[in-house]
Amino acid sequence: MSRACLPDTALARLMPMHVLLSAQGRVTGHGPTLSRLSQGKPLTGMDFFTAFDLRRPGGMVDMAGLIARAGERLHVTLRDLPDTVLRGLVVPLDAGQGALINLSFGIGIVDAVKIHALNDADFAPTDLAIEMLYLVEAKSAVMNELRDLNIRLQGAKVMAEEQAMTDTLTGLRNRRAFDLGLSRQITQGMPFALMHVDLDFFKAVNDTLGHAAGDHVLTEVARILTDETRLGDTVARVGGDEFVVLLPMITDPARLLHVANRIIDRLSRPIPWQDQTCRIAASIGMTLSGSYIRADPLRMLHDADTALYAAKRAGRGRAVLHQP
Amino acid sequence: MHGLINRSIQCFLRDTWGQSLWLSVARDVRLGSDGFEAMLVYDPALTEAVIDAAAMRLNRPRDSLLEDLGTYLVSHPTLEPVRRLLRFGGTDFVDFLHSLEDLPERGRLAVPDLDLPALALVDGGDGRFTLTLRSQLKGTGHIAVGLLRAMADDYGALVLLDMPDPQGDADCVTIHLLDTRFAAGRRFDLGVRTG
Repeated sequence: MSRACLPDTALARLMPMHVLLSAQGRVTGHGPTLSRLSQGKPLTGMDFFTAFDLRRPGGMVDMAGLIARAGERLHVTLRDLPDTVLRGLVVPLDAGQGALINLSFGIGIVDAVKIHALNDADFAPTDLAIEMLYLVEAKSAVMNELRDLNIRLQGAKVMAEEQAMTDTLTGLRNRRAFDLGLSRQITQGMPFALMHVDLDFFKAVNDTLGHAAGDHVLTEVARILTDETRLGDTVARVGGDEFVVLLPMITDPARLLHVANRIIDRLSRPIPWQDQTCRIAASIGMTLSGSYIRADPLRMLHDADTALYAAKRAGRGRAVLHQP
Repeated sequence: MHGLINRSIQCFLRDTWGQSLWLSVARDVRLGSDGFEAMLVYDPALTEAVIDAAAMRLNRPRDSLLEDLGTYLVSHPTLEPVRRLLRFGGTDFVDFLHSLEDLPERGRLAVPDLDLPALALVDGGDGRFTLTLRSQLKGTGHIAVGLLRAMADDYGALVLLDMPDPQGDADCVTIHLLDTRFAAGRRFDLGVRTG
């Protein structure tokens, strides 16, 4: 009936993880890789159903149950190695002489190779296990490269975004950043105040002392505005000598006026430039989000602007709050 | 030329002669100081320019620079994954030599647009082999000589390598295997660094 009659060594090379069973379900022989898994504990002579746990399909508790599943994919573990799930195939031997089971690692091969320190000789040359390990390593190497690339790109993106939001001369936020901050503030629905700061006599500094002096003054103004506001406030330069400040959680007109007057006071002090002195002043228009039923960015900026011009008309160096 | 190849050349120059040499070479070829990105593809002319600029700066023949590059690829700790991936090709040096023909396919399994040289091995018997390489890069054979010497060392095989003058657009490397077991070679565990 059978044309293939193999010596044990040939069987071991063809199927390094086979198990030969007697008709009674005793292990009569097995492949060398299984010895490595059982860590020297002899399997030969043991009852197969004691040494192994047949997990799927269910009901394989004796030889009849096992052979009934001939040709199907089995899920099997060694009882001592419950985490290493093997897949297997059982075929009955001629004339009721028992059965031959061939086992292999499933997807757990990557871990199994590490845990049991397996090498090429533990796999049949026809087995694609080594190719799979190769792919896993190649994939890891490529993923590492991609991860490094992503980190570099992320860093460049953060820097580019920061630059796109920053006024180059003063390091303050720019118009774009301010508009985004204002929209976000309104979306959050929390109260805030808006301040429009315009420098007086700045043009005179530029005209008499030159642009370098003008730039120096703008940098000093930026420093003072940052000093006089809180960490969570947004200070932006939105025009040549125009600044806006967004102050979250400010609802009290007196408190807002106090901050504005302190800024005006600081900005009216002389600013030394080389051996010269620059003199400027500032006018401020303000509005509070609480004055509106629904805060609207354009409307609020417009009202702060109107208040600013009222301050200028009233004689500069003043702060005026928009009256709803 | 694929960024992985370009980047390995960049690492070779940096690890062997220092960052300052790399920066000079990058300036010579008008490449940013960050150099090549591993996952982008570059004009092959740029790769040639980098190698030429490095050879010029180091005052070394291009061929011997390429041979050192080949050795570096499989022996420097930075590129340990390359050595390991090559070792997957075979259990001994002869097995490894035969696996070289599959190398471009294996490379493409991991990185579909990787353009490794086309390799053909002729087994002349008696431990004599001829490896033919076709690549966009001039002098790829010299890289192969350095790489094969280092891999022979890795397997513990004793080989004589030679590179006759190229015929047409292909480089030929002759390999004479004197003894496959002259030294123990380096250990290869299948299951390391797979996480």
